[in-house]
Amino acid sequence: MAFTLSAEHEKIVDELIARYPTKQAACIPVLHLCQRQVGWVSPEVIDYVATRLGMAASEVMGVVTFYTMYAQHPPGKHTVWVCRTLSCELMGAKTIQEHLEHRLGCHAGQTSADGNFTLKKAECLAACGYGPMVQIDDQFYENLTVEKLDALLDRIARGETPTQEETAWYPNAAAATTSGS
Amino acid sequence: MPSYQNILSNRYTLARSWTLEVAERAGAYQQARKALTSMTPDQIKAEVKAANIRGRGGAGFPAGMKWGFLAPKKEGQEVYLVINADEGEPGTFKDRTIMEKDPHRLIEGCIIAMYAIGAHKCWIYVRCELVLSIARLEAAIREAHARGFLGARPFGKEHALDIHVHPGAGAYICGEETSLLNSLEGKRGEPRLKPPFPAVKGAFGMPTIVNNVETISAVPDVVAMGGEAWSNISLLPPEMKDGGTRLYGISGHVKRPGVYEAPVGITMRELIYDFGGGMLHPDRKLKGVIPGGSSTPVLREQDKVEAKDPKHPLNKWHGKSHLDLPMAVDTYRGIGTMLGTCCAIVMDTSVSMVEASRNLMKFYAHESCGQCTPCREGTGWLANVLDQIAAGKGKPSDVDLLVDISNNMMGNTICALADGTAMPMLAFVRKFRKEFLEAAEKGLPQSARLDEAIRSQLVRREAA
Ligand SMILES: Cc1cc2nc3c(=O)[nH]c(=O)nc-3n(C[C@H](O)[C@H](O)[C@H](O)COP(=O)(O)O)c2cc1C
Ligand code: SF4
Ligand code: FES
Repeated sequence: MAFTLSAEHEKIVDELIARYPTKQAACIPVLHLCQRQVGWVSPEVIDYVATRLGMAASEVMGVVTFYTMYAQHPPGKHTVWVCRTLSCELMGAKTIQEHLEHRLGCHAGQTSADGNFTLKKAECLAACGYGPMVQIDDQFYENLTVEKLDALLDRIARGETPTQEETAWYPNAAAATTSGS
Repeated sequence: MPSYQNILSNRYTLARSWTLEVAERAGAYQQARKALTSMTPDQIKAEVKAANIRGRGGAGFPAGMKWGFLAPKKEGQEVYLVINADEGEPGTFKDRTIMEKDPHRLIEGCIIAMYAIGAHKCWIYVRCELVLSIARLEAAIREAHARGFLGARPFGKEHALDIHVHPGAGAYICGEETSLLNSLEGKRGEPRLKPPFPAVKGAFGMPTIVNNVETISAVPDVVAMGGEAWSNISLLPPEMKDGGTRLYGISGHVKRPGVYEAPVGITMRELIYDFGGGMLHPDRKLKGVIPGGSSTPVLREQDKVEAKDPKHPLNKWHGKSHLDLPMAVDTYRGIGTMLGTCCAIVMDTSVSMVEASRNLMKFYAHESCGQCTPCREGTGWLANVLDQIAAGKGKPSDVDLLVDISNNMMGNTICALADGTAMPMLAFVRKFRKEFLEAAEKGLPQSARLDEAIRSQLVRREAA
């Protein structure tokens, strides 16, 4: 079945295209928009984007495969990215990943049997001072311990969306902002 | 904690600092108004030049000079400003604080910079993982439009200004400026051969200035104080041409990791012990510190500055520990490392340097775009050899193999990712050779996992 965007999203595509001198430049944001609607970049999405932006399907495919944030298979309901790069690793990222694998019953790259969580390894997510950290869908959860992570996952499984401010210590705590505060 | 004045980050602690209402009450957009209503583009460029802002994205190139390289605008041509907000260098997490806490400072900097270089359009390329940064920037742009700070006649000036956020899609290499431009154009993020440099042929074939978030966010203060005064905030003598104040990041084994503002030229010792609160564990000393993002060679306390010749630019610090040398673009180059993004990763004596380098080499192997053979093969080989060593399947000659592979990667590639992989690898081996040899002979003990020292706390911390 051919992929279509909602009328509201079609308007956003027009606005995106208007931001650039070429139509192709809208490719990355339009792919994000489509992925948001269906959860992944399906072959139908690729055909849609190619037609809409006047690109060859192979060109769109080339873009999709270059970047890590486009899912080429349908993921679980939520995606958990655990940062495994050095700063986080020094603060316990491996322990966090092992706990996730144990709790979700799957390895990185796989989805839990209940379809709720896809687990992925991430490279540095620009939260290095606040590790270990994970990104779940749109939120960063920082300064994690195993207990904190469990509590977050419980809430997310119940349909809540904890905000990233809840685990961030820098927006509120004086200690880690800047000198003089 | 030392008390330097917060200039760039002076609005961070205000409640709802990211809104126009709060930012404007605290001074935002006064400099854009001043620049657009009372200064010529050349005057602004002169102030930026006098400010001696070294690019905050990692390479440390003087922003004033870069703006000067811009090809003169030809009939029918546009000039573009592109902001590099890809922030992907491991260890680096400073630009995010500007976008989340004071997006209006970046927008104000863009307005002044666009006017100065003759641009009407600017794209801010933000990695898509930074959802909050993107949301705050987009909201800030909408607010600025609504107030008439952007649009057809900003501050009443006949110089249309338009800013858009462009999301990335998850690729470290897109932080490299020419790769970023390809990504902006909707292509795979593969770096381009230079020359031509972006200032001559950049986004969509037009002359383009690419600057880091923090570089452009400094511009309003430069206009406010005057370039020379802003430059003089730096603790270094003016002839070193490395001016102003900047954001320092610190992560790893310290008590107070975070992002802190201080003048250019504080020492690594100050960053670790004063700002960072010292080593996390009272019984474990500093083993090594990666000074400015993972592509910069590691430093040790016991290494001394060698600059006996009185004419040597670092002579003043001859014999001092590397930790006591002011942190600046050229001082760090002088000791064989780089200042990079000025975000340090601190490692205590519990850390296996074989494991630390293996973690980073896996990163580079994953992130190499694959265009150049020495980089594609070299990054993969380094990771493989380190895997073998860690698994106890290594041999002593593997240590020299790491050096050979690194040497073959340097200077032979389209972009600096290969050098940024090889240089830190060489420093790890040079400074911790014994450790690498031992691991090559015996493998790594189980306890060499990098989070061994912290594991018990991760489970206990909450209970306490
Ligand atoms: C592999 C690689 C990754 C880079 N990543 C970033 C980045 O995430 N952010 C950034 O501002 N500069 C990054 N740079 C540096 C840019 O190429 C460029 O020098 C910088 O954006 C220029 O801005 P500045 O002069 O204001 O520092 C990277 C360079 C390389 C080689
Ligand atoms: S050096 Fe590496 S990352 Fe850079 S262009 Fe070549 S292969 Fe790509
Ligand atoms: S190393 Fe994990 S966020 Fe940077």
